[in-house]
Amino acid sequence: MPAIAFRLDPASGVPTYLQLVQQVEHALRLGYLELGDRLPRIKDVVGLLAINPNTVVKAYRELEHRGLAAGRPGLGTFIVGTLGDVPLAGQQALRRTARRWISAARDAGLDDDGIAALFFSALSEARDASEGVAAS
Amino acid sequence: MNVLEADGLGKRYGRSWALRDCTLAIPSGHVVALVGPNGAGKTTLLHQAVGLSSPSAGSIRVLGGLAAGSAPALERIGFVAQDAALYGGLSVAGMLRLTHDLNRRWDEPWARQRMRELEIPLERKVGRLSGGQHAQVALTAALAKRPELLVLDEPVARLDPLARHEFLAALMAAVAEEALSVIFSSHVVAELERVCDYLVVLSAGQVQVAGEVDDLLAGHRVLTGPSVEAPALLGRLPVVRTHLAGRQAHLLARLDGDSAAALPRGWEVQAIGLEELVLAYMREPEARAFPGPAAPDSELWEVRA
Repeated sequence: MPAIAFRLDPASGVPTYLQLVQQVEHALRLGYLELGDRLPRIKDVVGLLAINPNTVVKAYRELEHRGLAAGRPGLGTFIVGTLGDVPLAGQQALRRTARRWISAARDAGLDDDGIAALFFSALSEARDASEGVAAS
Repeated sequence: MNVLEADGLGKRYGRSWALRDCTLAIPSGHVVALVGPNGAGKTTLLHQAVGLSSPSAGSIRVLGGLAAGSAPALERIGFVAQDAALYGGLSVAGMLRLTHDLNRRWDEPWARQRMRELEIPLERKVGRLSGGQHAQVALTAALAKRPELLVLDEPVARLDPLARHEFLAALMAAVAEEALSVIFSSHVVAELERVCDYLVVLSAGQVQVAGEVDDLLAGHRVLTGPSVEAPALLGRLPVVRTHLAGRQAHLLARLDGDSAAALPRGWEVQAIGLEELVLAYMREPEARAFPGPAAPDSELWEVRA
């Protein structure tokens, strides 16, 4: 059985092949996919989602281009790269901290959109700060 | 190799032309969606391709130059008609046996395996199948002859959303496994983007749009800006469709990302989805688009008014 299963969000406006690419990257970040894992076979993806096989080929080619996957003729496409080094287990503690922070934000009166906006604004602040350090 | 080539193809019924001066070259290896309003000539074109009727003008060839309807062509083509003519009184097994007898190439084990996977009992009478099962039996019968080209006339029009998904999933799995080209006509524009990679739009018996979906989408942009500036742009750009409001204008134009960069300040450029593109062309029956290698005499587009 393959490690992950794809799903499509027709309302997202993101091209189908890119949704597949993003889902693989997401699965890599969260530890659902690891080095050496085989991606679902093209025929199986197509038979599940009812999409054109060329779309899956395009997605897997893009993953190869990004250095995350490699095709082996006759065998399938395998994960050869990683994104982020924190394994699934190591993320549990961070997830608990995030949940506590979200409760605190709710208590302070923020709704989900407000929480997301605050998080991304803080993320961008942190990014600017670390770039500033690197530059000086 | 082209799976379908029409040259000046015309078909007349009495005094009216169902197809007029159709010129088209569809390369192999694609899932082709054939769309257009009712009466645009979709069924007529598909019937010409499988030799169910002969041209009144011009010519049509299939699978690298074979005469449409000739024995060597028919052997390599699978066809599912609009109301897939299966015999209601026959059992599924009897239906498969009959189709087998009518075709030289036939993969019986595969057909029976498919029926098992779909949990369709072989002894069930065809007339007692659900709409979705009926469509799957017709598709299986067409695929079991191992065609190089599969022609489907409105295969999903009468199916509920789940049956439609399962039908398209089976079709796409067949495309993934075999070197199979598919041409299907459809009214269901919303689902096309997921399954087709080549688009043909017919309008009043003529080819209005033909090309690879990626090329078509890359070659069109929606431009949004002040209405007062729209007339000036109309003169400079190949605009397919204009939507003018009091202050704001939306223009669907043929141009790629690079040339869009040269627009006046204040104009927003957005990509377009396949459904919106198809609807725009259907609303503008005079507009034409033939991107790709079929248009050697211009850089990007052959525009025929």
